[in-house]
Amino acid sequence: MMFWSKKDLLGLEYLTQEEILLILDTAESFKEVSSREIKKVPALRGKTAVNLFYEPSTRTRISFEVAAKRLSADVINIATDTSSVRKGETLIDTGKNIQALKADIVIVRHSCSGAANMLARALDISVVNAGDGWHEHPTQALLDIFTLREKLGKIAGLKVTIVGDIAHSRVARSNIWGLTKLGASVTVCAPELLLPAEIEKMKVKATSDIDKALKDADAVNVLRMQFERDENAAFPEQLDYYKKFGITEERLDRAQKGIIVMHPGPINRGIEMSSGVADGENSVILEQVTNGIAVRMAVLFLVAQAREKIKNGDID
Amino acid sequence: MAILIKGGRVVDPANKIDAPMDILVDDGKISRVAANIDIQADSVIDASGKIVAPGMVDMHVHLREPGREDKETVATGTHAAAKGGVTSVLAMPNTIPAMDCPEHVGLLKEIIKRTAKINVFICGTITQDRLGKELSGIEELKKSGVCALSDDGDSVDDDKLMFRALEEAGRAGILTICHCEDKALSGKGVINLGFNSTRLGLRGISNESEYKRIARDIDLAGKAGVPVHIAHVSCRQSIEIIAEAKKKGIRVTCETAPHYFSFTDEALLGYDTNMKMNPPLRSPEDLKAVKKGLKDGIIDAIASDHAPHTENEKDIEFERAAFGKIGLESGLAVSVVELIDQSVLTWPEFIQKAALNPSRILGINKGTLSVGADADIMIVDAGKEFVLEKKNIVSKSKNSPFIGRKVKGLVEHTICNGKLVFKA
Repeated sequence: MMFWSKKDLLGLEYLTQEEILLILDTAESFKEVSSREIKKVPALRGKTAVNLFYEPSTRTRISFEVAAKRLSADVINIATDTSSVRKGETLIDTGKNIQALKADIVIVRHSCSGAANMLARALDISVVNAGDGWHEHPTQALLDIFTLREKLGKIAGLKVTIVGDIAHSRVARSNIWGLTKLGASVTVCAPELLLPAEIEKMKVKATSDIDKALKDADAVNVLRMQFERDENAAFPEQLDYYKKFGITEERLDRAQKGIIVMHPGPINRGIEMSSGVADGENSVILEQVTNGIAVRMAVLFLVAQAREKIKNGDID
Repeated sequence: MAILIKGGRVVDPANKIDAPMDILVDDGKISRVAANIDIQADSVIDASGKIVAPGMVDMHVHLREPGREDKETVATGTHAAAKGGVTSVLAMPNTIPAMDCPEHVGLLKEIIKRTAKINVFICGTITQDRLGKELSGIEELKKSGVCALSDDGDSVDDDKLMFRALEEAGRAGILTICHCEDKALSGKGVINLGFNSTRLGLRGISNESEYKRIARDIDLAGKAGVPVHIAHVSCRQSIEIIAEAKKKGIRVTCETAPHYFSFTDEALLGYDTNMKMNPPLRSPEDLKAVKKGLKDGIIDAIASDHAPHTENEKDIEFERAAFGKIGLESGLAVSVVELIDQSVLTWPEFIQKAALNPSRILGINKGTLSVGADADIMIVDAGKEFVLEKKNIVSKSKNSPFIGRKVKGLVEHTICNGKLVFKA
């Protein structure tokens, strides 16, 4: 039985298959806590987790907060508009201040790719990446994979399609790393201009034909189209996108029966998918939200434990 | 004050010398080069087992003064140069104020006179304040003593304006150096476009943004019938275009920098901001092409593109961090490992590209050990291995991508105009 030795979770690219499975298995054992009468275990009692969010986020921040609280940790939320980050303090300085307050875990969300990596290098305490730029969003991918595994019993051999703005998606990247490491075969589907350079080197198939991408797929992960972002020179018209890439009942009818439909939220109904699909029997979107808590509990627990061992000199 | 350098392996491509020789320096000049000089000198340097070569001429250096003395000054930058075996630099004009008129050039000349430890040549701007809108007074700039023109950091986007600039520079008898980048294509990119930009979730800079602009500038220079020099060539297609132009007889020269033959964009995988530069570190294929271009003689010169930045500008989020890295102190030792040890260049070929060719391109009388030439000399322990360490950097800024790297070839003495300006 392997054990977890990393103080941080920065991305799934940096994890082995065994480490990913360990998180999933740990999450499985934590999932039951949320169905108890008293939804709390003392695993992180006396520990402090800080949510440091430089980008607006409701669901990820709340999910981390709930996860930390169910482990009995104290949680502090720092959002950009209420803290000194607006006074021009650097990310590293902010991180060092949080460390000086004797917090144990920083959960960071940032619009710049690599922000979590940088923070982790600068700090001794644990850093959990809650999404950095277009780079990685490891806990989202872990909860997607957890949900898939729960539904279909395995990941190895599955065919998973990810559709949407792949170029600017950290969710896509983390899912690709995680799924391929666990032996799934992944297809990404997007308009030509939203497929990033040399994406095939991430061991995925890339296509702009949604029907081809859905054929034989066991699951489809539908990304949010962020039409508000500044890269949208590359973006198609919303309606046009829906026609060409939207996940509709008709498209699902042509796909494999029982295909799982996932979405990291928040959904743009009528853009990425029809309401019927979002609320339909193939959709596991709300289960993903529930599973997010268990996965984040597992991550917080494992990194805090590793940090403890590093501090005591048990591991390097 | 006479200095006798005894017993070294003298490498002087200008005179096709690569042999054990003694060199006598007197009154700031090379006074004698011969197999055995027995003469009473004020000081004698035993160079046995060492390489004795012309001090390097680095034609792409940002000294930052005036205006950004927090990053570098003429004093600190030329100290770093001396430590690296560099005895002449071409100071890029993107200072504050920019070197776009004789008054500003005069200001810098004054600082150089007071504080420089080695020769500093000044590059003027092509356009006023480097804005690419109106030409600088090229004739006046030439008269004020600048020895080349460049808007380095930016490319002149307007084709007609660039053509006029080349023509005027030609008339004034001054070289134009082009920073080739089509910003409409490179946009907000921060690293090389490819698998690694995808992996890191960072905006990419395509090869195309570089080579298309090189093709344009070569085309314009050809039409104007004037020489043009392409700065910091980083990718395969650029080298192919330059090779083609040279074959056609267009007077184009180019330089590359040590980081382009030392690293690929894989070096970015840890988001190390010292690896962030423009043009960016490219693919393995491009690195191979740069080495081949050096070997084949398509790439004429090696220059550092020394670009100091403070830690405040580097110790931040990758996409917000400044572009550029320092290189004056590491160029030689990195080149020994990457070029000479790997049989890309011989010592004479390296000295040709690091000292002689840049002098010829700029039309300055440097880069040789000819009798009567200015005594600009470096003495190198070519076999000495060491690790480049941050604490040993004398440049004011410490943003070196080579920190921690094992290299070879230690500069032991640097002599500039007959004076010892550095001793290890």
